[in-house]
Amino acid sequence: MTDARDGSYDEFIDALESGDGYYYECSNGHGTLPPRRVCPHCGDRELETVALPATGEVATYTTVAVPTPQFEDDAPYVTAIATFGPVRLTGIIPDTSGENVAIGQDVTAAVEPTETTDERTITFRR
Amino acid sequence: MAEAYIGGTGMTPFGAFPDRTGRELFAEAGLAAIEDAGLTPESVDEVFYGNFIGTLSENQGHQGPLAAEALGTTAPSRRVESACASSGLAIRDAVRAVRTGDVDVVVAGGMERMSNMGTARATDGLARAADDLFEVRAGVTFPAAYALLARAYFDAFGGDRTDLAHIAVKNHDNALVNDHAHLQREITVDDVLEAPEIAAPFGLYDACPISDGAAAVVLVSPSYAAEHGLDSGVAITGSGHGGDTMALQDRRSLSKTPATRDAAEKAYDDAGIDPTDVGLAEVHDCFTIAEVLALEGLGLYRYGEAIGAARRGETRRGGTLPVNLSGGLKAKGHPVGATGAAQVVAVRTLLEGTHPRSDAVGDDVTVGLAHNAGGTVASATVHVLEVMP
Ligand SMILES: [Zn+2]
Repeated sequence: MTDARDGSYDEFIDALESGDGYYYECSNGHGTLPPRRVCPHCGDRELETVALPATGEVATYTTVAVPTPQFEDDAPYVTAIATFGPVRLTGIIPDTSGENVAIGQDVTAAVEPTETTDERTITFRR
Repeated sequence: MAEAYIGGTGMTPFGAFPDRTGRELFAEAGLAAIEDAGLTPESVDEVFYGNFIGTLSENQGHQGPLAAEALGTTAPSRRVESACASSGLAIRDAVRAVRTGDVDVVVAGGMERMSNMGTARATDGLARAADDLFEVRAGVTFPAAYALLARAYFDAFGGDRTDLAHIAVKNHDNALVNDHAHLQREITVDDVLEAPEIAAPFGLYDACPISDGAAAVVLVSPSYAAEHGLDSGVAITGSGHGGDTMALQDRRSLSKTPATRDAAEKAYDDAGIDPTDVGLAEVHDCFTIAEVLALEGLGLYRYGEAIGAARRGETRRGGTLPVNLSGGLKAKGHPVGATGAAQVVAVRTLLEGTHPRSDAVGDDVTVGLAHNAGGTVASATVHVLEVMP
């Protein structure tokens, strides 16, 4: 593999990393993330770029004990889905065990390197 | 709609056979199905072959022709890939092909060889059924994805790990007499609760094993069935396919699986039946919570009510609706690309009285259902099988 970037996905990660996260909102109010040309829910092509709310809420989470090789040194780690307005993001909640996480908890989104591969991943900080 | 008659079925034992090649596994299942139908490979018009991970586990693309030649034919073929629903979809495509009248005899099935990859590479390979950019890169494994659904389900409807443990215990118990099952071992609720954690709230026994194996079904058109005396036994009378967004984060609900609902409604409508007509079901229980999500999506239970079904005994042998009498993915095993076809094999043999658990099927049961799900139910197929008069 080359070090080619994944287009507008990596642009989104760049923005989230510098604290300028955003999402796309269609005319029917559905939220979605790039790369998208149309809303996956209704096919609408009018996608407006909107600033990601500063705070999200944990919708569900798990503690992964058996990881893929790319997360071998990170495990065990908590992965969560968090709701930010009309969109959800999936990310890792670093430096914690599942006991300290709860559905409904407030989080902020960031981008940090993983321990195993130093690749960028979306993280949630409480 | 016209039925697609099941001429014959075949499957390999499911288990860890790291040294058996995919083509050899599929040959065993497919040739058994052709023989069971009383046919020979020359009769086969087309082959529909489900496989998910062969490009990684066997470095093999273009698998359709390999699958066909393994059965002794160079008939046209295709590989169908829809993650864990690959062979459910292969069967659906085959049903539709037979119904058009374009072909008379097809083999639909699937194979997966995974144990040769080892646990770490297989975990990585299975994660490829999720969204790479937004899920795998955030540490989501296949068990983790279902664990996310399980915790959201508990939050929405209640239920706990003990409810889920009863599902694992039930399916292990069902597999005890099934010599084709990967795990023939009795377990207790305590065994499930005390097993090492893999992705909380799941322990090891909430998950299906990493299995190798193959399964195949010979489908024939009604006219061919009549001409060759194959128009008895069991037919596929309803088929449905549903879809959803790939990543969980894009779903409207994290505690329901509408792809299953869509597939089921189409299949019931196609067969002209209601959910209440279903007398037994083989559903996609890759993880314990998946059986709950399936039963509710299929309309066999109301949302929030299937979580206690195994605990209450309703889905056990002798219950109101026996579910996964084969042992399910949980105990029979889950060679991903073979699972959907193996479910159809199980329902057919349960209805015909030739399955080792057929004694648990009431004499009045003539309708069975097979539900196969891909990824976190971004795709789902449902097939209705009926004993023909
Ligand atoms: Zn929309």
